[in-house]
Amino acid sequence: MTHEFRTSAGGRIDRSSPVEFTFDGKSYQGFAGDTLASALLANGVHLVGRSYKYHRPRGIVTAGSEEPNALVGIAREKGQNTPNLRAPQVEIYQGLNAESQNRFPSLSFDIGAVNDLLSPLFVAGFYYKTFMWPRSFWQRVYEPFIRSAAGLGKAPTDPDKDRYANYYAHCDVLVIGSGPAGLAAANAAAQSGARVILCDEQAELGGSLLHDATSMIDGKSAADWASETIKALSENDRVTLLPRTTGFGYYAQNFVALAERVTDHLANPDQSLPRERLWQVRAKEVVIATGAIERPLVFPENDRPGVMMAEAGRIYLNRYGAMAGKRVVIATACDTAYRTAVDLKAAGVDVAVIADLRPEPVGVHVDAARSAGIRVEGACVVTGTKGRLRVKSARLGRIRPDGSVTVMGEEACDSLLMSGGWTPNVSLYSQSRGKVVWDEEAGAYLPGPSVQHERSAGSCHGVYGLHAVLEDGYRAGESAARAVSSAAKRPETPSVSGGEAGAGGTLGALPHDRDPSRVRAFIDFQNDVTAKDVKLAVREGFHSIEHIKRYTTTGMATDQGRLSNMNALSVASKSLEKPIPQVGLTTFRQPYTPVTFGTFATTARGEAFDPVRRTPMHDWAVEKGAEFEDVSLWKRAWYFPRPGESMHEAVARECATVRESVGIFDASTLGKIEVVGPDAAEFLNRVYTNPFLKLGVGRLRYGIMLSEAGFIMDDGVVGRIAEDRFHVTTTTGGAPRVLAHLEDYLQTEWPDLNVWLTSTTEQWAVIAVQGPRARDVIAPLVEGIDLSTESMPHMSVREGRICGVPTRLFRMSFTGEAGYEINVPASRGREVWDAVWKNVEAAGGAPYGTETMHVLRAEKGYIIVGQETDGTVVPNDVGMDWAVGKKKADFIGIRSLTRPDIVAAGRKQLVGVLTKDPKVILEEGAQITAEASPALKTPALGHVTSSYYSSALGRSMALAMIADGRDRIGDTIYVPTAEGVVVVEIVSPVFYDAEGGKLVA
Amino acid sequence: MLLISCPYCGVERPEIEFRHAGEAHIARPAEPSKLTDEEWAEYLYMRTNPKGLMAERWRHTHGCGRFFNAIRDTVSDKFVTVYKMGEAKPDLDQLLVEAAQ
Repeated sequence: MTHEFRTSAGGRIDRSSPVEFTFDGKSYQGFAGDTLASALLANGVHLVGRSYKYHRPRGIVTAGSEEPNALVGIAREKGQNTPNLRAPQVEIYQGLNAESQNRFPSLSFDIGAVNDLLSPLFVAGFYYKTFMWPRSFWQRVYEPFIRSAAGLGKAPTDPDKDRYANYYAHCDVLVIGSGPAGLAAANAAAQSGARVILCDEQAELGGSLLHDATSMIDGKSAADWASETIKALSENDRVTLLPRTTGFGYYAQNFVALAERVTDHLANPDQSLPRERLWQVRAKEVVIATGAIERPLVFPENDRPGVMMAEAGRIYLNRYGAMAGKRVVIATACDTAYRTAVDLKAAGVDVAVIADLRPEPVGVHVDAARSAGIRVEGACVVTGTKGRLRVKSARLGRIRPDGSVTVMGEEACDSLLMSGGWTPNVSLYSQSRGKVVWDEEAGAYLPGPSVQHERSAGSCHGVYGLHAVLEDGYRAGESAARAVSSAAKRPETPSVSGGEAGAGGTLGALPHDRDPSRVRAFIDFQNDVTAKDVKLAVREGFHSIEHIKRYTTTGMATDQGRLSNMNALSVASKSLEKPIPQVGLTTFRQPYTPVTFGTFATTARGEAFDPVRRTPMHDWAVEKGAEFEDVSLWKRAWYFPRPGESMHEAVARECATVRESVGIFDASTLGKIEVVGPDAAEFLNRVYTNPFLKLGVGRLRYGIMLSEAGFIMDDGVVGRIAEDRFHVTTTTGGAPRVLAHLEDYLQTEWPDLNVWLTSTTEQWAVIAVQGPRARDVIAPLVEGIDLSTESMPHMSVREGRICGVPTRLFRMSFTGEAGYEINVPASRGREVWDAVWKNVEAAGGAPYGTETMHVLRAEKGYIIVGQETDGTVVPNDVGMDWAVGKKKADFIGIRSLTRPDIVAAGRKQLVGVLTKDPKVILEEGAQITAEASPALKTPALGHVTSSYYSSALGRSMALAMIADGRDRIGDTIYVPTAEGVVVVEIVSPVFYDAEGGKLVA
Repeated sequence: MLLISCPYCGVERPEIEFRHAGEAHIARPAEPSKLTDEEWAEYLYMRTNPKGLMAERWRHTHGCGRFFNAIRDTVSDKFVTVYKMGEAKPDLDQLLVEAAQ
């Protein structure tokens, strides 16, 4: 039955190019230019989906992105499955493979349809009322059940193999929508010399002009006029035309996001093209020309497949040559549906009757239908439909003057086309943060005053009729261009015949003569919300439209209620006995229609998701087989396993090597800031707790930086290179934060200080050489520096050369062993590293990674900011009162150190803890208690902050923050774990070389 | 994304170049040690959080690096004006009048 519902001629499809595709495994034929929806309709297929909650059979309702029912999954190759695409937007190509959703085992027989029989149970708020207790059932039972039974398509699980691109664009005038208003606006703006971007979500520009078979513009058919106008625009190099491009997000200051679907419509896309392109447009002026959306009529069984919007029937007929049916009933409250009737009739379709709600329909459209010989019934309403998987007949009723309805009889039909009038599409205006205004005469919300540089044109602000819309479009284009150029001009509005505005429209549920308890009239097709649900919500006390929306889910579908909102609002308003403007309108938000994650992510995926920072010696560590860990954006060598070694074995060996001979460590990731100027010492004296004024040139000092609240923010070693020059180091992760902190105080509190700050983190490669043989190893390479302890003691810095490369050589230690940190220009890092490594290797040394560095420093009780501290720790808490200058009058945070809660007893203090069983390694973060089995709700004494196996001690060890810890040294306390309680003793946090003799050797 | 004007660079740049840095015109006390606990708590933690115009500090972090002050409407998210560090806070009532015109 190929093309059984195809007209014999006409439309914008290419009848010489047949296209084969499958839907639910069955093969069909369409033509190039068809959408999936139009091709299915041409094949007589209306049933395309099952509804969200009741699993009711559903058909194609619209011809646009607001489609609620015809959601399909499109499968290409693995990693290229896309769920929830709207069939009227899917262009067919040879081999297209589409599947319906939310049905099992098949569309025509869906087990889930049992929900429909149980529908009295599934009323508004059903989930809230039913799935309430026991509470633990929510996650384990209810939610998985609801998710599998209800819902849309299945999210793909394979990684997306497509590419997505990103484009920033600037223009004078962005026009969104390319129907008559948008084309006219773009035309006017372009003729004024403006740089214009014109986008439209459809495959072909032209909007309603493409299916207007009767109007003439300048003596040409509407479609021909559109083609000529588009051709002229395309020849203007200041104009960018973007079909298949949805303006989905209107943000601040005329920042508008567009999603361009580049390849989805192609059978074999060029591999060099991205699948989609995100356009981030900054427009000086915006013209919104997004049209109006036809409202469904809310009558019983209005959701049966074959029931469709009247304008959609006209679009499918005139643009695609696809007939909605062969015998059609038209139900309307609005003149525009008469155009559909006339066009269908002209194409040979049997139009059984036009059932018009209005008692005496009159006007040019009505006359045209009557003179075409179509039966028109006034005061006539559809009160039901019959048919299982497709409508077979419509039940008609007569509305009497008192509002009651009497039976008129049934009319056989295979399609029912409806129109409740038009709702201006104010989504983008609303997104621009404009406030819509209720217009009583139009019976619609219209855009209010502009908040941004935008204006609406055409039916999206309630202007109807082709001539008026074109004129409005030219006006909008001219006004947009005038805002950016004085040369703006408005082209003459062309002469128009036909396309007259249609009057009429209705809101809310229609009257009927049936048992209200037994029939359902749907408001929101996609979310299965009926008029009864909205009334029930009001009865149950939901009076705000925002609450009604969330309770019933009306308007929460992918069309954001563009089809349903006004009907829901009207039903709510009648139930509440309040006028519509007092009930309000829910807010339209970005995105206008669903946008793929790929488009938002663009190129920021995989390796490009976040920048990776590598040190100059990174490749060396890779060659040595290092395992890496991520520290902020840096890749740091974690440990260097030899063949067959576990991590534990490797770290134990590395630790022993450093303690016994020498280790080499890449410390390049440390943050570095050069602080220079006559007031540099004074500045550092104010930002560190330690005194810095008297630090001698060539000396190093460990410094602590506090926030103004007194808490440790960062630490590091500072070297005085010259009277007016300091080399400041920060933690690896803290460098940007510290620089911002320093700049803040320098610029805003102490602008009188003459100091310059420069980030030098990536200018220096830093090679740490630590261990008893450190000096022997570097000595042969160093020129111009006396390395003897007398001349260069612990905590000093010298400038000289190493391997001929200028260096700032620090004698310092984060391991407890004597050692050096060799700073050389990053570009020379690798060569110096190679030379030093040669000597380290010859001395029996080894490279070590961050894990060994952590163990060694913990053995010494050195803290790591962010590990021992958590943003609530003051220096005294970690036993570092010695680093706070007692004679200093001021430094950042000084006042907070005497706050009552800081000086109070009971604060957590840094201590060591040793497990009774030396083999047990505590878990970092484990809670510590005073008793082995504390009663419920007993507060913990503290927690474990660092925990390792120490090869130097031959046992496990840990650091912990414990309330009044220093007074509890020697106490036995407990660490409850999942495997049972661990008994531990509180000890000093310094486990190794407490006197520090090794540092100064 | 907002466009923010940097008073030092004299150009409008995208929001991602900037970092918000809290309320403006809260000077650090010259001698913190002389403050009572209450006064210090006030300086540390109490902020105005108005609905409407607010004086804020911003930093052109990924640009010139300078801190500056801005008057922003917390309802509409619009920047009413920006000015350099050390310059006097504009009269907000006057700005409201100008904005209304």
